[in-house]
Amino acid sequence: MVTRSLTLKDESATRALGTQIAALLDVGDVVRLFGDLGAGKTTLARAVIEALTGEADAPSPTYTLVQTYETDAGHVLAHADLYRLDDEDELEELGLDEALEHGFTLIEWPGNAPSFAPPDRLDLSLTETEVGVREARLEGHGRWEGLIGEF
Amino acid sequence: MALSHASTSVQIPLSSKGLVVLGLESSCDDTAAAVVRRHPDGQIEVLAEAVSGQNEAHAPYGGVVPEIAARAHSEKIDGLARQVLETAGLKSSQLDGVAATAGPGLIGGVMAALMTAKGIALGAGVPLVAVNHLEGHALSPRLTETLEFPYLLLLVSGGHTQLVIVEGVGQMTRLGSTIDDAAGEAFDKTAKVMGLGFPGGPAVERYAREAKNPERFELPRMLARDKSCDFSFAGLKTAARRAWDSLENPNDADRADLAAAMQAAIARHLSERTRRAMDAFKARFSGEASPRLVVAGGVAANGAVREALQLEAEKAGFQWLAPPLKYCTDNAAMIALAGAERLALGQVDGLEAPARARWPLDADAAQKAPASGSGRKGPKA
Repeated sequence: MVTRSLTLKDESATRALGTQIAALLDVGDVVRLFGDLGAGKTTLARAVIEALTGEADAPSPTYTLVQTYETDAGHVLAHADLYRLDDEDELEELGLDEALEHGFTLIEWPGNAPSFAPPDRLDLSLTETEVGVREARLEGHGRWEGLIGEF
Repeated sequence: MALSHASTSVQIPLSSKGLVVLGLESSCDDTAAAVVRRHPDGQIEVLAEAVSGQNEAHAPYGGVVPEIAARAHSEKIDGLARQVLETAGLKSSQLDGVAATAGPGLIGGVMAALMTAKGIALGAGVPLVAVNHLEGHALSPRLTETLEFPYLLLLVSGGHTQLVIVEGVGQMTRLGSTIDDAAGEAFDKTAKVMGLGFPGGPAVERYAREAKNPERFELPRMLARDKSCDFSFAGLKTAARRAWDSLENPNDADRADLAAAMQAAIARHLSERTRRAMDAFKARFSGEASPRLVVAGGVAANGAVREALQLEAEKAGFQWLAPPLKYCTDNAAMIALAGAERLALGQVDGLEAPARARWPLDADAAQKAPASGSGRKGPKA
């Protein structure tokens, strides 16, 4: 595990981090996004989605639990939100298999399924330290250990 | 035949009894079945309906206890289908068609109703209609009212926030939708931050009613300079959370004031954006003497939201309508209705019709819309 902390001074810095993550993603990668309500998880996820698919207004997956996209390169991109999950077993209902094997997976509220931690992943925690300013803590696992230095 | 929603056109004999359609729904939290009759004059009669699974008190704001397991949906859907047919006093062979939500939604859930519908349709030798869940919502006011096209629809729930011009079955134009969270989600999540309990929407409304100082918290006006009909709630949610975090030992009075501020901000945003859409609607249908705004979705149950929208509609010269709450939230009657309307137009689907996770309303409309704008001009009223 390799970690790194970054200060994101405004929303555009959060988005820029998302764009940078998107550029480093490889098939099978998982990004888990930790943080409180309003910490900027969805903003960051949306930047990743926009960078990979061109879709600028990705909706929140809270209600639908998962939104899937096709990237410009033809891969599946799944944006899942575990906020409403009661039980870790429900995770398999989300149908993430294809994205996990052949695409990319973004997970919000991963704490509701703590044992879901595929080997090649980036864990990212966002905390608002003062109004509009966020601290991002990046934790690289597997393939991502070698990528943390890129940020 | 390039349509991916591969409807085939068939001649449906319109007998004097109209069309009787079974509708099945399992695309999100609820499992539901209903039978409707579409009379030859277009009147809709709900013959039977049943919903299972969810605590109905949770439904208005999008449900907080999702029945997401496809297995749970599929275990219930057969029984519900049998139950509504029995209540309606019908055998499946007496149906004119079977409709099911084919998307958008969680794929496993969608498949539960769709596969059951295919089985019943095949067994009974009647056509299948694969319905877009959002089209069901868009047509839902017609379950209880005679409502002429076109009308403006605001669909506002835990999962959706969109403004749509409904010109006919399969003829929908989306004017705007949320660029982040849905309105119901903003209610739910704020309620959770303040620890108001579930369901979030009614809890916020209950606390807001007790507010001594509803002006105390200033929340931002979202998309204030944006000229579109889109919505945004994420910033509001963040601002409410910040306001909450800034309080030392918050008490119920603080909860009430912040709940009031949040509710007012959501209501204001919804009515501001709807106002823009009403202007767009009027510009497009300048011949409409009495344009109509329909508000569907669980958030329409919130008193403050309702009041703000009613007022805005009145100011813009719109007639205001909202279906009863049970048809505002996810239900199968609206799916049966959409199926019956499509059937009446001769639009049916093959048994290969796919379940779709994503299915935007207007992509479908674009596919279905005739090249010439038929029938729009010179309104009836």
